[in-house]
Amino acid sequence: MVLNESDTELRLGICGTRGMELADSELLIRITELSGENLRSCYQCGKCSASCPMTDFMDLFPRDVIKQIIEGKEKVLFSETPWVCASCFSCTARCPNDIDIAGVMEAVRQIRLRGKYDRFHPSRIPLDELEGLPQIALIGCFRKMTG
Amino acid sequence: MKSITYFPGCTHQTNGRNMESSGKAVLETLGYQLEEMPEWICCGTVFGLSEDDLFHQLAPIRNLARVEKAGDEKLVTMCAMCYNTLGRANLLVRKDEVALEALNRFMDDEPDYHGRVDVVHLTQFLKDEVGLDKISSKVKRPLEGLKVMPYYGCLLLRPEEVSIDSMEDPTIICNILEAVGIKSIKGSHISQCCGSYHTVDKKEAVARRSSEIISSARKKGADMIALACPLCEFNLDDRQRLLSKNGMPVLYFTELLAIAFGLEDSCDFDEHYVDPRPLLREKGLLGGSNGQE
Repeated sequence: MVLNESDTELRLGICGTRGMELADSELLIRITELSGENLRSCYQCGKCSASCPMTDFMDLFPRDVIKQIIEGKEKVLFSETPWVCASCFSCTARCPNDIDIAGVMEAVRQIRLRGKYDRFHPSRIPLDELEGLPQIALIGCFRKMTG
Repeated sequence: MKSITYFPGCTHQTNGRNMESSGKAVLETLGYQLEEMPEWICCGTVFGLSEDDLFHQLAPIRNLARVEKAGDEKLVTMCAMCYNTLGRANLLVRKDEVALEALNRFMDDEPDYHGRVDVVHLTQFLKDEVGLDKISSKVKRPLEGLKVMPYYGCLLLRPEEVSIDSMEDPTIICNILEAVGIKSIKGSHISQCCGSYHTVDKKEAVARRSSEIISSARKKGADMIALACPLCEFNLDDRQRLLSKNGMPVLYFTELLAIAFGLEDSCDFDEHYVDPRPLLREKGLLGGSNGQE
């Protein structure tokens, strides 16, 4: 079955993203490889976004990140949201379709970081703060935000 | 005295040393001696979530291989992040033979790991192996009158495969605190993230998270927050210096056990940004050198 663009929008509007029969975009294939998650099982209920304690600092809700990846919109790679996600797994724990959304956020970060991008540089930490920061925070930050 | 193989991790011997010193003293009173595992290295702090990224499983598996080689079957840790990272890596290689083989081949200078070590958090050890009755039997000063909100954070509870208790309604720290006479308060934010490592790059966001968590404790009438993670401790305690309304003491739950056992000298309360001593003195709960003005 071949859908035209308006059919696609209609289906997205009515029943989220489940059941779409369009070919997977390169972005969706890559995110699926990295995360091991079946994003197409998302029906856009928004429980991830409701559970996330960091949405105040995000430009896209976690649900929107998933939707844009399914739709192959590569601009999602430049969203703030994956860099705000702290991998607390609230979304993962509550997703009714067992999608590890925290793992999907990591996949987005990994695509950027593997493209020789560093989100953060240690030189940005003021020296007077550096001494007081626990190692666990520094290592966690560098692991998540540098390539 | 029984010996327990122990993984300290980086932070419980520096910024978070109060949990280790009080935890050690409490365990010794209960008849257990912590023995650091041989040649431990950083666990990596955060579990690698990418399917193709075995490289970041090397550090946790190297540690487990060294424990297994020493003939031990159990590794106890106090740090929530070490527990999560070691525990998830362990489950990964137990489920995925190909990954385990690849890691073993890569670690050619290490003994092979076979997945035989269990990773246990101190809370589980206290509840399941020591037992709450035994903890109660060692109490010298019941901490009655102290209203404490246990805070679990994320990584002791999620994801489910490593959760130390119910993900949505945990009680394990409450149960341990109640064994020493503490009235524990159930708050709405006990398993909400403190902002974690973003304390490095987004400290204002973390301060806001801390403010919300502390407010939720205040609303329920808590005098204090008790927790089991050195990063949560830093974020909830130290980041209060960025808040206009501060003053909520945040202690490791092991410090409260130490006070109840009469071992408060194992805690250096000066390490906390919010000094818990005025509250503890007000409640008549401090003796020893720590209780002196």
